[in-house]
This record gives sequence, C-alpha cells and structure tokens, in this order.
Amino acid sequence: MDTKIACRKSFTSTLLELARKDRNIVAVATDSRGSVTLTDFAAELPAQFVEAGIAEQDAVGISAGLANGGKKVFCCGPASFYAARAIEQVKVDIAYSKTNVCILGVSGGLAYGALGGTHQCVYDIAAMATFPGLSVFIPSDAFVTERLVKELAARPRPSYVRVGRASVPTVYDETLDFTPGKAIETRGGEDLTIIATGETVWHAAKASDELRAHGIEARVLDFSSISPFDAEAVRKAARETGKIITVEEHSVHGGLGALVLETLSEEPVPVKLLALPVEDLVHGDSAQLFEYYGIDWKGIEKAALEFLK
Amino acid sequence: MDTAELKLMAEKGRKRLIQLIYKAKAGHTGGDLSVLNLLYTLYFHVMNVGKDKLDDPDRDRFILSKGHCVEALYCVLEDKGILPAALVDTYGDFKSPLGGHPLNTLPGIEFCSGALGHGLSIGVGCAIAAEMDSRPTRTFVVMGDGEQQEGSIYEAAMAGAQYKLGNLVAFIDRNNLQISGNTEEVMGLRNEAAKWTDFGWEVKEMNGDKIEDIIKVMDTVDYGLDRPHMIISHTTKGLGVSYMENVAKWHHGVPDEAQYQEAMKELDERIKSETL
Repeated sequence: MDTKIACRKSFTSTLLELARKDRNIVAVATDSRGSVTLTDFAAELPAQFVEAGIAEQDAVGISAGLANGGKKVFCCGPASFYAARAIEQVKVDIAYSKTNVCILGVSGGLAYGALGGTHQCVYDIAAMATFPGLSVFIPSDAFVTERLVKELAARPRPSYVRVGRASVPTVYDETLDFTPGKAIETRGGEDLTIIATGETVWHAAKASDELRAHGIEARVLDFSSISPFDAEAVRKAARETGKIITVEEHSVHGGLGALVLETLSEEPVPVKLLALPVEDLVHGDSAQLFEYYGIDWKGIEKAALEFLK
Repeated sequence: MDTAELKLMAEKGRKRLIQLIYKAKAGHTGGDLSVLNLLYTLYFHVMNVGKDKLDDPDRDRFILSKGHCVEALYCVLEDKGILPAALVDTYGDFKSPLGGHPLNTLPGIEFCSGALGHGLSIGVGCAIAAEMDSRPTRTFVVMGDGEQQEGSIYEAAMAGAQYKLGNLVAFIDRNNLQISGNTEEVMGLRNEAAKWTDFGWEVKEMNGDKIEDIIKVMDTVDYGLDRPHMIISHTTKGLGVSYMENVAKWHHGVPDEAQYQEAMKELDERIKSETL
C-alpha cells in the first residue's frame, strides 16, 4: 500500500519546522489558515503570521511589502483566487518587482471539484508561466513539496506553488534528488515518454508500471518545475522515445502540453495531450474527475496503448 | 534646508520636469505638477532616505502608488543625487532604463508601480515588517484621487487599521481631475475625510500646493500612534504652469514648442524673482 500524504500538509509542516529556526520566515493567509493547514503555524508563531482577511489582492501586496523588509514570505490561500483575482498583484508586486514572495495556492486543479467552477483552478500555469522571473511549481508529492519549501526558504525568490487538497500517494522516498527547474526522470523507458505535473505524476508512473505488462517501456518525466521549464528534457525525450503524452490537471490551453508543443515546434514528434477541455467542468471529487477527464492512470494507459498501436 | 531653499529647488524641479516631458514627448504632466511639491518635501524634509542609505534596513520606504507620475519622482531622485542627470536625460529614449512608470531596477525605487490600487497594500506590508523588527522605518504611500476608485485600496484600509500602523502614512493627491474629467463626475469620491476616519485612520488635510503647509502638517504626524495616517493633500492639477492648471487634457498632455517656451518663461520668471 502506498503512503498517502497531502502536499499542503507537507508544505506547511516543513514551513513550520523551518520558521521555528528562522524568524524572518513569515506566513500570510486570507482567512485560509484552516484550508491551508496553517492553524498550528499561526498558534505557535503568531509573530510570524499575518492574517489579511478575505482579501487576496491585499495579501499579495502586503507580502511584497514584507519581503522588501527582509522577510521570506509565504502567501497562502486557495489557488483559484491567487491565480485569478489577485493576478495583477502577483504580476506587478511579486514578479515585476522581483520581491521574494512565494505564493502558495492550495486546493488547486480539480481538488475543489465538487464546489464547482468558482473554486476549480485549472488555469494557473497559463496565468503564471508568462511572467518573467516568476518560478512556477506544481509538486508531484509530499517529498518534492518538502524539498521545494526548503529550497524556497533557503533561496527565496518570486514564486508560485500549486498543491492539491487530498492525501495522495507518494511517488518518491527520502532518496529523492530534486533540483528546481529540472525534470525528474521518474521511470526509465525508450518506447514513449509520459510528461506529467502535480498529482498526475503518480498516475503517470502507475500507468508506466502497468504498460510493462504490454511490453511497453514508458519513460515518465515529472515536471514539478513548470517555470523554469526544462526544455532540454523534453527535446531529449522526443529524440530518444519519439512519442510523447502529456498529462495535467489544467486546461489544454496554455498548460504543460502547450509548453511541450512549443518546445518541439521546430523538431516535432507526435504529442498527445491529456488535459481538461475548455468548457464548464462537471462536479465531482478528484478521483471521479480524474477518471472522467482521462487523466488518471487508467486513462493514461488507455491513451498510451492507442497511441502506440 | 530651509523652506525658501526647498521651494526654489522644487520650482527648478518643475522646470526640469517640463523639459524632460517635452523632450520625451511623453509624461503625465498634470499629476506630476500637482504631486511635485509633496515629493520634494517628503524627500528633503521628512524622509530618512538618501544615496548612502539605499540598502539601509532602517531607511524609510516610499511608494508612488500613482506610478504614472514617475517623471516628478525622477526629478526628485536626481536632486537627491540618487539618479545621475545623464541617466534621467535618457527618459523617453528607445531602451532607456527609465520607464513611464517606476521600476525598482533603478536605485531609490522600492517597487514597480503604476497599476493603480496596489501601493497601499504594499505599504501595509512594509509597515508590518518594520514593526516585526522594531525598526524606526516609516512608510509613505502617495496615491491619486482618481486611484481611490480602485477597490483593492479598501482592503488595505482595513488592514492598516487592524494592525494599528502608526508608522504608515498615506496621501491622496486631491487634484480633483482624472483623465476623463472631474473625479466627482466620473465616479464620485464624496467625503474622503469621513470615509478614512470611519476606516479607523487618523485623517489630516493640507494644502499640497504650499510647501509651508506640507511641512507644517508633516511636522505634526505622530508615528507612534495606534492608527495609520491619511493625509488628504488638496492640490491643483498642472500647478505652476498657468495654462495647464485645472485642465483635464493636461493629464498626459505634452506641450508643443510654443507651449513649452511659454511654460519655460513662466517658470524662469518665478525662479528668478523667487516669488514662490
């Protein structure tokens, strides 16, 4: 049985551990300490916690000001609101002004699926990856998340991190080797490459494992780092495996698949995009929605078998 | 620096401003002119900033939330010795490091600004950071009156009061005009003093056209107060160039050659006579 940990919990427990030793680490929340899992942080380190109320634009601006005062700021709340309502503050106050603020968007993608389109956040790569100087991460599991928090606390930079909500199976263990800006080769293989990001990486790895029974060795590349984008890993995969499937909990417009296709536009190989359609999404829990939109391991396996036919 | 010297310097800054805008063929002339006296007074009478303090963690923080009036800020930063005159001269040139809105790639500018309604939130963050570290830093945010129509400002209004930020001073450059006309006709601000008082701010009003009055009011600010400060600075858009005063089209109007000569003549006469 796989170990299951929620990435938001991995993020905030690591952050609390670091903040106990570094008083310059500050968390900002938007009446979201519960949903972010910052309740312990706020209770234990009130002097390093800023409540902005239900005001995401203000929270991002306040975070920029705190960073200017030498703070390492983690501005936390539902991804949906930071990536849309507060996008201009992220653009100008964080990315353009190069302030050392990490926006932590929780319950991103389809995690709030049952709450509907107001809360689903399947546009954040498209929104965030165009801003120069803003690092964008969608960590795939609790171990990547933990490494990422440590990296962002040690070398703060303008950044956006999206995590989900539910406990999800881990992909890695303590031996994980993660460098921001570099893809992780989660599975080796030469027949096909599955490029995934966030919580779809576990599904991609599982699909790769299942495909072995069909005699197919599918490489899996984990793009927990979206920006900087590891274009070389994509080109190498195209050269070595010929075909690529991309998987993401994001709109087909402007997401991981689009970034892969842009990378390969001068040296194209067949690429199949598993992503969300640009239409009103149905309601349901994450598992139901992953299956419905074909981004779970069964959907990926099926797509791979058809693609290689 | 005494008041007469400051007034003379500001008037020379006004001339430099018109020269810059005329040469660049771009600028937010009217609002530059209404806010210029306030900027000179803050930089030369109030704030603890300077070219030897650019990285001093205790320095005061300045945020030009009405970022479109950056040309006035360039003139002040040049007089402070922070921006070299040769660099300021490139304003309007292709690939100039000086933009039409503040860029914090330039020394002395803390944040990029110009998308309206952002500065006060940033100021709240700067003020909280100073409190956290018990620094003497004070934060000054200058907003426009048209800018008050941006809703995000009122999120910051709540936060500033909630955190009792006496070390935060916000200004509204109340020149009564925005690009389409009178603020009260475009989207009325109504009673700003009552509004900010209700938000829990310490409100003062001043004649922002008069450096003496700005000094008088700024000298009474209590930075140890348990609430933030809002200073409504009543000004004249286009101040100091007669044909621009209170005329909406000078929001970002650029003088032609005859108008430029007329402005120079008026400014030179005032500088020469020192009737400021």
